[in-house]
Amino acid sequence: MRLPVFDIYAEILKNKSGLSITSDKSYLLESRLAPIAKAWDFASVEAMGTDLQFSSNHKLIEEIVDAMTTNETFFFRDTKPFDIFKNVVMPYMAQAREAQRQLKIWSAAASSGQEPYSLAMILKDAGTPWSGWNLDFLATDISASILEQAKLGRYSQFEVQRGLPIQMLMNHFKQDGDRWNLNDDIKNMIRFDAFNLLDNPSKFGVFDVIFCRNVLIYFDAETKTQVFKKLANQLAPDGFLFLGGAETVLGLTDEFKPYPNQRGLYVRADSVHLKNA
Amino acid sequence: MTTCLIVDDSRVVRKVARRILEDLNFACREAEDGVFACKACEEEMPDMILLDWNMPNMSGIEFLEALRKMPGGDTPKVVFCTTENDMNYIQRAIQAGANEYIMKPFDNEIIVSKLTQIGLIDY
Ligand SMILES: C[S@@+](CC[C@H](N)C(=O)[O-])C[C@H]1O[C@@H](n2cnc3c(N)ncnc32)[C@H](O)[C@@H]1O
Repeated sequence: MRLPVFDIYAEILKNKSGLSITSDKSYLLESRLAPIAKAWDFASVEAMGTDLQFSSNHKLIEEIVDAMTTNETFFFRDTKPFDIFKNVVMPYMAQAREAQRQLKIWSAAASSGQEPYSLAMILKDAGTPWSGWNLDFLATDISASILEQAKLGRYSQFEVQRGLPIQMLMNHFKQDGDRWNLNDDIKNMIRFDAFNLLDNPSKFGVFDVIFCRNVLIYFDAETKTQVFKKLANQLAPDGFLFLGGAETVLGLTDEFKPYPNQRGLYVRADSVHLKNA
Repeated sequence: MTTCLIVDDSRVVRKVARRILEDLNFACREAEDGVFACKACEEEMPDMILLDWNMPNMSGIEFLEALRKMPGGDTPKVVFCTTENDMNYIQRAIQAGANEYIMKPFDNEIIVSKLTQIGLIDY
């Protein structure tokens, strides 16, 4: 692919989704976009790129962004963050929000739903501490098509075996041929909505817990810094932010600090959690 | 080293499982049905048992029921690994004292994930 055409794609991806690609990923563009170019009757990926310079076909651009983003996810990914949610975050919030009895959680790159559903199962299984509470659980992603899948709550045998403990499968899923359907009581705990992390999330209000895992790794430093700023604005002063295993705030923002001794857990720099520690 | 007994009547499956588990630093022994597995456990209780369901002589579920009655037989973590993927089978296995359940086909990611769940490998 000629470099100018590569640059057109790189710019579209960065502007539309934050995704940052370098020219050594040229083959990836080719292979992932070839089916789209074909479906839209372009002679090649290169021809499609040249055309995009002069038009802004939203539907086509959405398909391109969708094809280039990684949706890989699984239930209880990395295990540890979910243990931390259960053993550190939930006990704190059960006390700190006792008066309002409201808890707001946001899964900000929810993909096909495994992350928010894992949290929903933990909350459900914890039972009584939350009875009578208003649990407001929002799950968003840039991709409308992956969110449709998430809403279905329908998973393959392979997907339900990656990370999901067997007891949870027994308690919260119904078998349907070779698929496993999540029970409605878990599905109904979550509100799915399309949202681009580059946009302004203030309409969602302030959250007690934000999961933003394994999405910032695809952004360049400047974009990460911008997103951290937005997330900080949407997080309660004593709230918690979870990042992915390969993600950090170090050198990118002063808004957040690592929570001592809990990998992947971050709090606001002015948080009470740091004063107590 | 964590010890493991692989119980499956298929040599190929035992070999695949063994390779994955040895990569995870488990010391493996093999048994080709429930009867051999009982003998292996009488000799030495493993920390973990990877267990097929359908086998000649003594099935996985019969073995599990026998194991849990043996002296020291409550200690090994038992992970079923079988083509039986019906919820009824899963429930029966868990009731009989299985700790986890893998539906074949499996790969090393699934094994790692399940062993993490039951605390046999650290995350
Ligand atoms: C690798 S998945 C991570 C899923 C889950 N959080 C996890 O850790 O397993 C990344 C997700 O981020 C989404 N994504 C990419 N860019 C985004 C953006 N600018 N705004 C919102 N979501 C985005 C993708 O559509 C994809 O579903």
